[in-house]
Amino acid sequence: MTTPTAVALEDAKVAFRLADERIYTAVEKAHLTVAQGEFVAIVGPTGCGKSTLLNVAAGLLKPAAGSVKIFDRPLAGLNRDAGYLFQADALFPWKTALDNVAIGLEIKGTPRTEALPRAQKWLTSVGLGAFAGRYPHMLSGGQRKRVALAQVLIRDPKILLMDEPFGPLDAQTRQVMGNLLLDLWSADRKAVLFVTHDLEEAIALADRVVIMSAGPSSRIIGDWRVTLPRPRDIFEVRLDREFHALHREIWSVLKDEVMKGYAQSTQAAEAV
Amino acid sequence: MSRLTLLALQVLVAVVCIVLWQVLSTVPVFGKILLPPFFFSNPVDVFSQIVKWFASGVIWKHLAITLWESILAFVIGSLGGVLVGFWFARQPTVAAVFDPYVKMANALPRVVLAPIFALWLGLGIWSKVALGVTLVFFIVFFNVYQGVKEVSRTVLDNGRMLGMSERQLMQHVYWPSALSWMFSSLHTSVGFAVVGAVVGEYLGSAAGLGYLIQQAEGVFDVAGVFAGMFVLSAFVILIDTGVTLVERRLLVWRPTAADGRG
Ligand SMILES: Nc1ncnc2c1ncn2[C@@H]1O[C@H](COP(=O)(O)OP(=O)(O)OP(=O)(O)O)[C@@H](O)[C@H]1O
Ligand SMILES: [Mg+2]
Repeated sequence: MTTPTAVALEDAKVAFRLADERIYTAVEKAHLTVAQGEFVAIVGPTGCGKSTLLNVAAGLLKPAAGSVKIFDRPLAGLNRDAGYLFQADALFPWKTALDNVAIGLEIKGTPRTEALPRAQKWLTSVGLGAFAGRYPHMLSGGQRKRVALAQVLIRDPKILLMDEPFGPLDAQTRQVMGNLLLDLWSADRKAVLFVTHDLEEAIALADRVVIMSAGPSSRIIGDWRVTLPRPRDIFEVRLDREFHALHREIWSVLKDEVMKGYAQSTQAAEAV
Repeated sequence: MSRLTLLALQVLVAVVCIVLWQVLSTVPVFGKILLPPFFFSNPVDVFSQIVKWFASGVIWKHLAITLWESILAFVIGSLGGVLVGFWFARQPTVAAVFDPYVKMANALPRVVLAPIFALWLGLGIWSKVALGVTLVFFIVFFNVYQGVKEVSRTVLDNGRMLGMSERQLMQHVYWPSALSWMFSSLHTSVGFAVVGAVVGEYLGSAAGLGYLIQQAEGVFDVAGVFAGMFVLSAFVILIDTGVTLVERRLLVWRPTAADGRG
């Protein structure tokens, strides 16, 4: 028996209606699958539609064409199997870190007395045990991301959608967080769709690295399997020869797209 | 500047003003009194009038009435504002239909309603409460409406992805957001509740601070008018301090300017 497919985007096309009634096609014919227990990273130039693809997988955005299947069933409405770590700040500003994490359980009807200690445990496991009483505005950008991670993981979703979760972190903390994520993930191997603009991070973390072309009408233009052995240490894996070979290979494709994406966005800015 | 120097300077301003007032209203300058006592009274008279009110205890009744009217106006106006604000924000069609009328009602200077309320509700406290309610309602309404509309898209999506039902979104997202907007205008709305009460009393009543001022004015008792004004200011400052305390408790989660981060 083959492993079931957790997420399958089949020729998904996403278009936005702009304010002046023109249609902007962000993503064209995206074909992407994530098997159960698989860690897939999406890399692409800024504005190519990475967040858009995650929104489609989350059910927050309906594709204009093509289909979305979650565990082989067509997705209707929100994706109830997924936990989504948003690119922008998404914590509830009026709740403390602890309450922000506990809410994931309380929604499901878990009594507060039971939810709070479990939330505290999750905060501790993302290294924020001492920050339980803080409100989001009293946390740094990286600490907020970690609270958000705990908020998502406490619900134990089968699929994890992560949009540049380590975006605001410095290089060292990114590695610490990456290792933490791999530890948490290896415990129960969820299907992960991980967006990043950092190719090294993508290779170090993922089983597969998917590259998107620059928008508009961006497509998936490459799909590499990463066969580095697990468990990995993010820091050490970067010294591996295979890592370098793969990095060079993917970068040769990605580089052109990054230049294209940059040129297009400056052109667009000049046109305005 | 240390707190103490600041306080000293603040007190100094008051002392200078009062001394100037006292001197100019009693000592002739070049044979002329610059502040004729008939129009300006003088601090000693005003102060003794205040003391007299408190000593005889008459002031308490008036204070209590004004306070009660303000509280009722605030509570009823806020409740109405919250309910209608929520309703409009969640039902864009309703909001669109009523929009011009809301704007019209809000554009109306509320003072002109005072005689009508007196006609409808009599000269007791309710006509004053009604006036206060028309003031408080719109402030709270606009803020709650805004608060519900301006909930961050991402926070809302996050709530949905975490599995919140409409009711839970209400409780955990819309409601706190609306409340925070409402509380940010708490000083204004409480202030307007008092304004409604006092103006209402001034225009026709048998008790309250506004009545006290109006009575003194009626017999050209300028000292009484000033005394009433001072008691009223102290009253408002006291209430405002209370509001600040409540606000600090309820809005701990909000970044303050002192945090240096928006
Ligand atoms: N609601 C919208 N209306 C119109 N255009 C949109 C909308 N949302 C996104 N876009 C456009 O779709 C494209 C893809 O956006 P998306 O947010 O998915 O990019 P991204 O790959 O996540 O970029 P980044 O790495 O900067 O986060 C962009 O060009 C963006 O301008
Ligand atoms: Mg993005």
